[in-house]
Amino acid sequence: MYDIVGIESPDTLEAAIEMLSNNPNLKIIAGGTDVLVQMRNGALEEIALLSLRNIPGMADIRIMDNGTISIGAMATFAEIFRSSIINEHLPVLSEAAVSVGGPQIRNMATIGGNICNGAVSADSATTLFAYNAELKLLSREGERTVPIEEFYAGPGKVNLQPAEILTAILIPETGYRKTSGCYIKHSTRKAMDIAMLGVSVVCKTAGGKFTDVRIALGVAAPVPIRCREAEAYAIGKETSSEIIREIGRYAVRASRARDSWRASKAYREHLIEVLVFRALKEAVIRDGGEDIG
Amino acid sequence: MDNYEKISMVVNGKNYSLEVDIRESLLEVLRNRLHFTGVKQGCSVGECGACTVLVEGLPVNSCIYLAVWANGKRITTIEGISKAGELSRVQQAFVDEGAVQCGFCTPGLVLTATALTQTGRKYTDEEIKREISGHLCRCTGYNKIFNAVKRVLNE
Repeated sequence: MYDIVGIESPDTLEAAIEMLSNNPNLKIIAGGTDVLVQMRNGALEEIALLSLRNIPGMADIRIMDNGTISIGAMATFAEIFRSSIINEHLPVLSEAAVSVGGPQIRNMATIGGNICNGAVSADSATTLFAYNAELKLLSREGERTVPIEEFYAGPGKVNLQPAEILTAILIPETGYRKTSGCYIKHSTRKAMDIAMLGVSVVCKTAGGKFTDVRIALGVAAPVPIRCREAEAYAIGKETSSEIIREIGRYAVRASRARDSWRASKAYREHLIEVLVFRALKEAVIRDGGEDIG
Repeated sequence: MDNYEKISMVVNGKNYSLEVDIRESLLEVLRNRLHFTGVKQGCSVGECGACTVLVEGLPVNSCIYLAVWANGKRITTIEGISKAGELSRVQQAFVDEGAVQCGFCTPGLVLTATALTQTGRKYTDEEIKREISGHLCRCTGYNKIFNAVKRVLNE
């Protein structure tokens, strides 16, 4: 049995916001793969839950008229991995989605929950950083949209206001159109494991040169990060082996890796350098470029 | 708040209406209330896959799935796989390949493999490994399980 003292299961977003406003102690639960495990471990006690599972339409994935792709916060990783829209336009997100947990977890865990629990290792977060994603948040005061980079406040902390619900993740057309990319999750096991380091790159090239490079790292700092210095260095440079290696070295500068039982700081920094190289190299190949070795 | 909720669900083709404690997992209700003891309790945190059941045809870990969420859902446990005493194709493949030892992971693996056969698509070896990666088996070393799943998907 779980240490649950109550559960509300509204069937509209409006009702959910109302319940949250009236009872700020309600803990939002989506797929449950994180919240319930925290309860089992005793990290959460005597919890009153607000389940979003009965609200229709919250898992929809669609392209809006302006080209923005909207992913409902309740979309599961299995749904994201299988979505034709995601596979066509955001293939790196599909790659990240299938790296989460195992198949049963992917059938339950949602992208919104993955973001809102604020884990630095969140497989979806890194890629959403690289696609310049925005988050659509709803409260009694109305709707607001924030860049995902501004949402992460610290380890396990996000800027979700009291009585506010993440309803969708938005990826503007400029974030994904004509891009290539790659996600590499480095972990001890190939499945059912948490990333020791996650690297997501999204890039555009023209005439053998980088015209846009976005590099995001997970578990390299207290929150997922972008490597601005490396990105700036890359613009206008050739997609050669030497340049990409140098970009990897620049990426390390953005990190604030630390020692943990999962990996040492030195090892993580080594991983950043090598995996950024490998991810960018693969992105160039996928973009129709040569394997530069 | 009331701590009990009435739910209706279909388990292995049969309707069940019952009051569940909101604190209960689907695993607890299936095992302790409805006596589907083929659903195994292992790690209780969604890592081992022993408690896997199909919810609307999709494998989920019933230990981290609240019983109240099953309201209105169609659930399949291992007890619903064989028909009229006949083993299913998946079960027969597990027997033929010797993919069963202690048997604790077997119900979950058979259900996941059954869900794979129901997609009607082909799987590469890598995809098969990925799709059964949510199950821990401490006996077989996985090869025989992999062979059984591959065999049934290629039939």
